[in-house]
Amino acid sequence: MIYAMNEETDNKEKNSPKEISRRNFMMKLSLGFAAASAAVVAIPVISALLAPLLESSPEKWRKVGTVNDFALGTTSLVTFINADPKPYAGVTAKSAAWLRRDDKNNFIAFAANCTHLGCPVRWEAKAELFMCPCHGGVYYKDGTVAAGPPPKPLTKYEVRVYKDEVQIKTKPIPITGITA
Amino acid sequence: MKKLFKKIWYWIDDRTGISELITPLLKHPAPPTRLWTYVFGSATLFVFVLQVITGVALSLLYEPSSNNAYQSLEFITNHAKFGNVLRGIHYYGASAMIILIGLHMMRTYITASYKFPREMNWITGVFLLLFTIFMAFTGQLLRWDANGVWSSVVAAEQLGRVPFIGKYLARLLLGGDTIGGQSLSRFYSYHVFIAPAGIFIFIGLHLYLVFRNGISEPPKAGRLIDPKTYRAWYEKYLKEKSVPFWPNAAWRDVIFSSLIIICIIVLAVFMGAPALTSAPDPSVVHTSPTPDWYMIPFFALFALMPHKIESIAMMLGPLLTIFLLFSIPFISNKGERSPMKRPWAMFGVICVFIFIISLLIVGLKAPWSPHFDAKPLPLSAIKQANPDSTVIEGVHLFYNKGCEYCHKINKYGGLAGPDLTVVGNRLSEQELTIRIVNGATNMPSYGGLLSKDELKRLVAFLASQK
Repeated sequence: MIYAMNEETDNKEKNSPKEISRRNFMMKLSLGFAAASAAVVAIPVISALLAPLLESSPEKWRKVGTVNDFALGTTSLVTFINADPKPYAGVTAKSAAWLRRDDKNNFIAFAANCTHLGCPVRWEAKAELFMCPCHGGVYYKDGTVAAGPPPKPLTKYEVRVYKDEVQIKTKPIPITGITA
Repeated sequence: MKKLFKKIWYWIDDRTGISELITPLLKHPAPPTRLWTYVFGSATLFVFVLQVITGVALSLLYEPSSNNAYQSLEFITNHAKFGNVLRGIHYYGASAMIILIGLHMMRTYITASYKFPREMNWITGVFLLLFTIFMAFTGQLLRWDANGVWSSVVAAEQLGRVPFIGKYLARLLLGGDTIGGQSLSRFYSYHVFIAPAGIFIFIGLHLYLVFRNGISEPPKAGRLIDPKTYRAWYEKYLKEKSVPFWPNAAWRDVIFSSLIIICIIVLAVFMGAPALTSAPDPSVVHTSPTPDWYMIPFFALFALMPHKIESIAMMLGPLLTIFLLFSIPFISNKGERSPMKRPWAMFGVICVFIFIISLLIVGLKAPWSPHFDAKPLPLSAIKQANPDSTVIEGVHLFYNKGCEYCHKINKYGGLAGPDLTVVGNRLSEQELTIRIVNGATNMPSYGGLLSKDELKRLVAFLASQK
């Protein structure tokens, strides 16, 4: 009997307006705390996920040889370290480009990536054509499209001659957009 | 001894409730099918478990870093005990999973099991298909040889075609402006943590839905699905005809899955894992990237599509396909389920099947790729028995100028352009000259690349091919 009475008062108390608002407050408080802690954790997690977009993308001049390394009228493969190598990148920090020497002071550098889907084009010296192994893209020696699916000419790098040194200005891997 | 074990088991079972949880799942009522076509889903699941186990084993031997992953793969392949077999199982397991999930999806579509009330079964299944393809692709990158490096560049280029945000997506995929130290770490995380977590969640949902909505009964022509009455009908049907899932229905699943896994192991032991290509050095450009077979249909599509619509198709194609897959249960979720009464649906599924298989076959041949390894055309392979010096020079030019990479003469050369073994019968000297000078859509114009004399010799040689 005593027990039943207690339960009744308990129930009354449980549903009193004061109790209800207290309960609501506690519910909101607990959810608020959970949301706040999740939000705080999310900041570093999302930063890691989006890290590549949050980093700057520097472009650097890299030496690829001296003027005399490149005979007139030839196209040669040059390799260099990309602009932002991570200390642990090892061999993957390397990039390549095709360097053409037209005349004494005129150098043109082409990205090695086909503008179709990025595969590595190779220079066929005797045919004087760049050819892509993936889907049959072909380019003339000036980088314009000769045949196949590429939508635009090979991407060019800036080149400068500084005290007999030939330097290339690095760039991101050329990504062909939808408008090309 | 036996009694003791029994006692221990009873105690564990009593305190944990394992059999209370498992028995209803194992014994849940299933339609009395006597069909071997209902085994592909469970086989996909079994092979997934195989992939998890062999994947964990591989991670014990693998170093997920851009710089060293290739060396660790060489170690697994050549030095680790059973390493090559382990790689092989994981590779053929991936192949099996792709095939099985494809068959499972086709079967579900053919018997229209996606209709009411199993729409969400289909939708979670589409998620699982997308995750599986993503796993197959990222897994191929983790091999981190030249193929892995260039495949990731190709994927970045495809993402680049997305309007406005393409460049950012590409950068996000590669982990930066270029391939680098960060690239493989990200692929590893996608393949080993993020995508598997998604697969676990969706397998959980998918299986829960199989129990909740019941295994679909084999369709019968004329027995229509009516969302208003189906659930009650299905309950009655199960009451009258059902059999317990285990072992009456599931023995087929277990036998089929075991056979598949045995096949995978046999392939792994006798064929071994796919060979590694050269080291992941992005500055080595003399490499011909080719994806694993399950990506070949995409690869082929990009070569064969009209170039003008390609950029748009590359972006819209996947989006539309995914949209269509998700919308299938909403396009029609009631009515006829029997394939005999759904001729257009059957026509569609046959078309898709033929489309994918033909792309695979033509993609494995890749006739559009120049054959850089073509051997110089020997004089013994040309038509003229006693060629003069002009023709001989022409034969040399045919190789040196790259013609032979794309054109075949008598078993020598590539397949991109027409076979020129008897071109002299088809084209006159004048026509040959015009074609060579001007080129075509898929052929460079050689006007600026050949001197007058060279052109004359090349034409003389080709005209003599009759």
